[in-house]
Amino acid sequence: MLPNLSHDEILRYSRHLLIPEVGLEGQRKLKAASVLVIGTGGLGSPVAMYLAAAGVGRIGLVDYDVVDWSNLQRQVIHGISTIDHLKVESARARMLDINPEIQVDTYNEPFTSENAMRIAEPYDILIDGTDNFPTRYLTNDVCVFQGKPNVYGSIFRFDGQVSVFYAKEGPCYRCLFPEPPPPGLVPSCAEGGVLGVLPGTVGTLQATEALKLILGIGEPLIGKLLLYNALDMSFDFVKLRKNPKCKVCSPEPEITELIDYEAFCGVPGHHLPGQEEGAVGGGWDITATELAQRLQRGNNIHLLDVREPHELEISRLEGAELIPLGQLAARLSELDSADEFVLFCKAGTRSARALELMLSAGFRKIKNLKGGINAWAKEVDPSLPIY
Amino acid sequence: MTSLRIPTPLRVYAQGQTEVTVQGATVGQALEDLVSRYPSLRPHLFNGDGQLRPFVNLFVNEDNVKDLQGLQTAIKDGDRLMLIPSIAGGSG
Repeated sequence: MLPNLSHDEILRYSRHLLIPEVGLEGQRKLKAASVLVIGTGGLGSPVAMYLAAAGVGRIGLVDYDVVDWSNLQRQVIHGISTIDHLKVESARARMLDINPEIQVDTYNEPFTSENAMRIAEPYDILIDGTDNFPTRYLTNDVCVFQGKPNVYGSIFRFDGQVSVFYAKEGPCYRCLFPEPPPPGLVPSCAEGGVLGVLPGTVGTLQATEALKLILGIGEPLIGKLLLYNALDMSFDFVKLRKNPKCKVCSPEPEITELIDYEAFCGVPGHHLPGQEEGAVGGGWDITATELAQRLQRGNNIHLLDVREPHELEISRLEGAELIPLGQLAARLSELDSADEFVLFCKAGTRSARALELMLSAGFRKIKNLKGGINAWAKEVDPSLPIY
Repeated sequence: MTSLRIPTPLRVYAQGQTEVTVQGATVGQALEDLVSRYPSLRPHLFNGDGQLRPFVNLFVNEDNVKDLQGLQTAIKDGDRLMLIPSIAGGSG
């Protein structure tokens, strides 16, 4: 039995009721539906707002982060008034402001192998709006095990991908990507950047797919992958087939329960607040304060900036040599391994990778500036901006 | 002559190219032509045995070469090859 709509709801959804493909029955289906949105960032923002506005009766939000100043360039569900608030609470308040008729459940915790099956259990559809490989494989496997569609969206700089992975009717995420790329090959948005409007486009497409699945109308992106490029304004589609040897969704799967996804991907899925990012550990790090002291003592240290040339316009360290990470392997011969180097980037992630590369090439007198030039701006030279 | 689209994460290894024209009668020959011109791409596409790495997806027009004849898949003039990357961004 589908729930009835009140007079207020009929007025609110009148533009839906006028479409024959939705109508009163479709709107009642939306009211009866439940969707779990994993991540309330760039993709989750439009997804959560549009599903709320459309009248999806129960929406769950999973995120463990707080709203940060640098989120506002693209995460349009949050605002100045909710900086430092929990993202799930900030998003919930905005959604209920759009539509108080719906139920919004919040899960202020990382989505992990321990809690994912429990959190996802009450929902019909999962929407993948995460920013890392471990959580994407986890979301996929939960959907396969619970027989639910996974509305997938992913972005990088100007590129977006959208699909519906639904193992009951088509391929799953692992059919296309049996294994994640090695750590470091694909930079995250935090390192590589993203055009602010891109998650808006991709998230809105994910919300569209979720509504189509609930309403049972149109052709969902099952077995198809949409590739969007904002610069070319190109939309390409490719066909996806079920992998008969898929480790989770084939008739004889190798994986039948959730695994350790961080180990599988070789990267952490979650940075808890206060956890150190941009550090290598093992004695290879140097803090900005230590570096400043050593430079002041006149130590002969070569500063190696592994950022991209356009980042110099934002901030730079005097005397540093620029070799972008992508060119470092080819340009190592320019460097003398007898010299002492301190490597840095924006926040320490790329320079950590550069350090590993130089270690494997035999360099030993090298350090990674922990926290990058942003840490230098914070601890040593507040005249530099943090970005 | 076949056009091959290079995804954003791999462009840094292909001198920033987005689309290149490659020669070859099969997918394998076309990729060999590509990596001979951009050697830094090779380790990102192939493993030590010369097979495509498992996270690399190459499509001929709409079809994944894994669903066709892999590197032996024949290609003809006017086909479009697309390398499709694993990307994970979303929330940040």
